[in-house]
Amino acid sequence: MNPGLVMYEEEFRKISGICDRLTRDASAKVVFLVDKNGQLIAAAGQSQDLDTTSLASLTAGNVAAMGGLAKLIGESEFPSQFHEGAHESIHMSIVGGKVVLVVIFDAKSSLGLVRLRVRKASDELARVFEQLARRQSAPGTPSPLAEITDDDIDNLFSA
Amino acid sequence: MSFINYSSREINCKIVYYGPGLCGKTTNLQYVYARTSPEAKGKMISLATETERTLFFDFLPLSLGEIRGFKTRFHLYTVPGQVFYDASRKLILKGVDGVVFVADSQIERMEANLESVENLRINLSEQGYDLNRIPYVVQYNKRDLPNVATVEELHRLLNPRNVPEYQAVAPTGVGVFDTLKQVAKLVLTELKRGG
Repeated sequence: MNPGLVMYEEEFRKISGICDRLTRDASAKVVFLVDKNGQLIAAAGQSQDLDTTSLASLTAGNVAAMGGLAKLIGESEFPSQFHEGAHESIHMSIVGGKVVLVVIFDAKSSLGLVRLRVRKASDELARVFEQLARRQSAPGTPSPLAEITDDDIDNLFSA
Repeated sequence: MSFINYSSREINCKIVYYGPGLCGKTTNLQYVYARTSPEAKGKMISLATETERTLFFDFLPLSLGEIRGFKTRFHLYTVPGQVFYDASRKLILKGVDGVVFVADSQIERMEANLESVENLRINLSEQGYDLNRIPYVVQYNKRDLPNVATVEELHRLLNPRNVPEYQAVAPTGVGVFDTLKQVAKLVLTELKRGG
């Protein structure tokens, strides 16, 4: 099986910091980061009123569908996409080929500003994910769940 | 592909319900949704056509409790079963940790079952997975209908790997949670092994 994504405290703090700053710099309402399989990695801004789990899953579905369309017309993928609503708009961009950076914004911001700020944040995020990948693939890194016993797993389902 | 977050102490896994059109994949999720306490589940999303056929996927996030201080979260997805939605099925299998194959027990759907298993095998291998190795559970659904094949027959045709299998009547919940618990257990065991 493919190895999963493992997030450590240090990298998580960096990622959250970048998302927080992007929210401010782009005058965005919400910024979140999703892996391409639909798992929410981080959220910043006014995310408490949003169903971020659903957003993450639908974002991944959308990016996957657009990626499928891209391949049909001979592109490898669409690195970014923009959906404009009457009040709120969504900008999505693929970072480091693996994760999707989503910015939700309203009339207080603009597509131009969002694009500009996203570019800078993407570079920073890509570096953190490279660091994460190196850490995960470093020899001697134990499986994060190695200490879990079969009994622990059974107990989860005994209730 | 699982996602383990040390910062929020969470383990996230993805389970996909696969099977031919109208075999009861969405019904499995609907039953789980209806019978799970509000704090353990998120919103169920169904991207369906006007006639309630799955167009892209159904999605249900579920919390199953804690293991050694890690919250376990399972994201359940269904694929659209109809043959012509194959492109969508491939997308949904991306990053899958475990698969439930929901078979329609009716004799006249046997060919559709076989075709769907073969389609699953091909689509998994395109993503770099092997149906013979991935955490996998088979469910024989619609056992309440009159024209069903025997479990022995279904087993012989659809479960040569001899993975855990369950008889089910999804609308009333028979076998639904047994299936889910078993696949979740297999996924966690695989993760523990460092898969």
